[in-house]
Amino acid sequence: MATDTLAHTDQHDSKSAWDGGERPFKASYGKLMMWYFLLSDAFTFSGFLIAYGALRFSMPSWPIPDKVFSSLPFDIHNKPLYFVTFMTFVLLFSSFTMVRAVQEGQRENKKGVVNWMILTVIGGLAFLSCQAWEWNTLIAKEHASVTTNPFGTHVDSGVYLDAKGNPSDEVFNPGDTYLIHKITTHAHGAAHSDDHHGSGHSADDHGKEDAAHSHGAAHYEGAGDYPDAYVDERGFIHRKYKVLNSETLDPGAVVHEPFGPKAFGALFFFITGFHGFHVLSGVIFLIIILVNVATGLYVERKNGYEMVEKIGLYWHFVDLVWIFVFLVFYLL
Amino acid sequence: MGHFKATHEMDVMIEETGFDDHFHDHHHGDKYQSSFIGHYIFSMDHKIIARQFLFTGIFWAIIGAAMSIVFRLQLGFPEESLAWLKPVLGKWIVVNSEGIGTLAPEFYYALVTMHGTIIVFFVLTAGLSGTFSNLLIPLQLGARDMASPFLNMLSYWFFFLASVVMFYSLFLSTGPFSGGWTAYPPLSALPQASSGSGAGMTLWLVSLTLFVVSVLLGGINYVTTVLNLRTKGMTMWRMPLTIWAFFVTAILGILSFPVLASGFFMLMCDRGLGTSFFLSEIFIEGQALDYIGGSPILYQHLFWFLGHPEVYIIILPAMGLTSEVLSVHARKPIFGYKAMVYSILAIGFLSFIVWAHHMFMSGVNPFISNFFVVFTLIIAVPSAVKVFNWITTLYGGNIRLNSAMLFAIGFVSMFISGGLTGIFLGNSAIDIQMHDTYFVVAHFHIVMGIAAFFGMFAGIYHWYPKMFGRFMNETIGKLHFWGTMIGAYAIFWPMHYIGMAGVPRRYYSFETFDAFAHFDDMNKFITISAIVVFAIQIMFVINFVSSIWKGKKMTTRNPWGATTLEWTTPIETGHGNWDGKIPVVHRWAYDYGKDGKDFIDQVTPMAEGEVPGDH
Repeated sequence: MATDTLAHTDQHDSKSAWDGGERPFKASYGKLMMWYFLLSDAFTFSGFLIAYGALRFSMPSWPIPDKVFSSLPFDIHNKPLYFVTFMTFVLLFSSFTMVRAVQEGQRENKKGVVNWMILTVIGGLAFLSCQAWEWNTLIAKEHASVTTNPFGTHVDSGVYLDAKGNPSDEVFNPGDTYLIHKITTHAHGAAHSDDHHGSGHSADDHGKEDAAHSHGAAHYEGAGDYPDAYVDERGFIHRKYKVLNSETLDPGAVVHEPFGPKAFGALFFFITGFHGFHVLSGVIFLIIILVNVATGLYVERKNGYEMVEKIGLYWHFVDLVWIFVFLVFYLL
Repeated sequence: MGHFKATHEMDVMIEETGFDDHFHDHHHGDKYQSSFIGHYIFSMDHKIIARQFLFTGIFWAIIGAAMSIVFRLQLGFPEESLAWLKPVLGKWIVVNSEGIGTLAPEFYYALVTMHGTIIVFFVLTAGLSGTFSNLLIPLQLGARDMASPFLNMLSYWFFFLASVVMFYSLFLSTGPFSGGWTAYPPLSALPQASSGSGAGMTLWLVSLTLFVVSVLLGGINYVTTVLNLRTKGMTMWRMPLTIWAFFVTAILGILSFPVLASGFFMLMCDRGLGTSFFLSEIFIEGQALDYIGGSPILYQHLFWFLGHPEVYIIILPAMGLTSEVLSVHARKPIFGYKAMVYSILAIGFLSFIVWAHHMFMSGVNPFISNFFVVFTLIIAVPSAVKVFNWITTLYGGNIRLNSAMLFAIGFVSMFISGGLTGIFLGNSAIDIQMHDTYFVVAHFHIVMGIAAFFGMFAGIYHWYPKMFGRFMNETIGKLHFWGTMIGAYAIFWPMHYIGMAGVPRRYYSFETFDAFAHFDDMNKFITISAIVVFAIQIMFVINFVSSIWKGKKMTTRNPWGATTLEWTTPIETGHGNWDGKIPVVHRWAYDYGKDGKDFIDQVTPMAEGEVPGDH
């Protein structure tokens, strides 16, 4: 192909690498193209993250990540950010294994490349599995979706009502994040909250037992108005509370918890989904290149393990993007 | 070298001074071009791909221009019957009981939208930059082909797919998208918003997403080729201005199209998944929709972050082609080569920080507008540098007034006329009166529509012998120029007055506006001019197509006496461009009229004690 011409520029006499007939960055065309692709991809993600900022800061409230992302497998709750920290560590570690694969490639050590790439693939798959679990928890257990955000945040202070409609001893303050649960219909027909373990899945603050809620779950029989909650047509239980202090509502007014800002679910699933898609494509390309390494294709072509280096660039980029995603969704 | 034996004097020179890259040792028998399909359809040769872009661009240009004629008929002659268009437009021509046919309003909007989309993206982006970047980057740099011929081929075929999808959308029963080429929400985000917002918009989004892929594949290739594959001696400062223009254009594309893509992805979610990125508190027919919290202004920001660089993606290649054509046919070095390069770079940079000047009236903060006003007006500086340099290049030149040169000079004229009205529109205060009027339509059509077409025509006439080995008919070419030049001003000059009077663009009919009634004659005049100009373009297309077989044959390699490398290749330029060695460059691209010689090509070594032309 036209591009292997530069391998033959032997008797070269010019002073600067920019004089033509040379690669100014000492990088092959393929590596340069990967860099430019990453640059353009960085702009795509920037577009998303700027949209995230613009929408988030136009909202009166935003769910507190410590409350939203606090579940672990095996029904462990109230462990804020433990799981995502593990995910992040897995992805960063796969970056390290990728670096080792590239290094072994430069040493022309085929076996080393294969081993470290396998570890990288495992890291990528582990990250994707973690993401799948996290999405599953949010969607199936907590009923979040791109259009519904059950994670609300109080902007007032108030006190929840108990099953008889009287103020309970459960007081909340502005900034407290809550989760709106959903009634589910089990096989025996009784409608009740899906949230029997009572810890409130994280969202109720300070790990306080959601007593009024869990013991009363059974008395919601479909949509309607109850003394302590309003159940909408989709079965979401919006708990009622008496306003204590508010900038917009009169003290003493009884209102129910609204859904959180819609944009939260949409942005979360969209941006982490887009990132996850990048990880998935990365894993697929890693596997293809891994096979090519293992079959000795690159040894045959005598151009070293440059493909490994290129997919390495991509892989590190995906890691870097995750750091930003991690920052805006989980830390801020 | 094997079989190659130099006979032509240029080949002899290249054999003596060039270097051997052993290209032909590896590429015996041209396995890439052995079959018809490999040669002409799924070609990886940049010269073929350039022609593919050009043909597809011309196809779309005809369709886009024909659409404008139809909606101009409606604007100029609203009472006349359009029933004769029924065989073509079918149900979009509504014929009443008296046999009078009128254009359906929803299809008027669809035509305006498609005209914009097609001309901006398919003709002036793909057809212009796609054609000439592909043709000239490897040839003028002394490269065998693009960095990645395969991705280059994909770039065309993604464009082709985008074209197919967009073309298909023209035939939908609900019509193609009709919410304006900028596709602002809510018209673009709500499938029920208008007849074209459903399937038409879906296909529009799919098509343009494919188009973004095409632009990125192409752009990444162009940039890499310019950086990595220049031949020996081709320093960055010896590159012809065409290459500088394509290079910066490609960078703009790489940095701006992805942001458009991110806006598109969010738009797809709003349409398909019920998210509210760009939608908030909407009522349709009294029904409140379930959207809350989104921001339509956010889409406008994302769109114009592409949209503004996009106008420079369109105009920079035209500027590059014009610079080259002016210099060659004035037989003079381009005036202020380095200033030209720096102004290309400055325009490229500034194009990223002026986007909100399209949004002065969208409700953005007036204080932010100030910032954008200042940077918008600063763009006048590098633009003026270029204009003065072009004029100075012509000054005292030994000018050949052929079709290519005429169109290059016409480009400068159009760029000045359209640029001056840009200074009006760039002021946020004046924009209160001018925005969304025919003044804007006149401005951008002259400065980036007609001007870019002129650059493209200059390029086509000039490099036609390179592409097809024949010349286009000069008489028809000159007629084409004068008709288009006069006709284009006849179309767009009156629009300035209409616009200043406040006549809004994109309106189907002005019947109910008594204040605009006295513009009826002007509208008729504009429509008639548009029809004449369209007919002249058809004449150009006929000239273009028939010259492929019937044009005057090219008998010498370098018919224009140009210095650049593309004219050192054989007339029948094969795969790999040079039959033997690769030429080595010894001088800049503009040694015209130097040391008593008409021109000295870049391949000729410097004579003893010769002072470089670009000192």
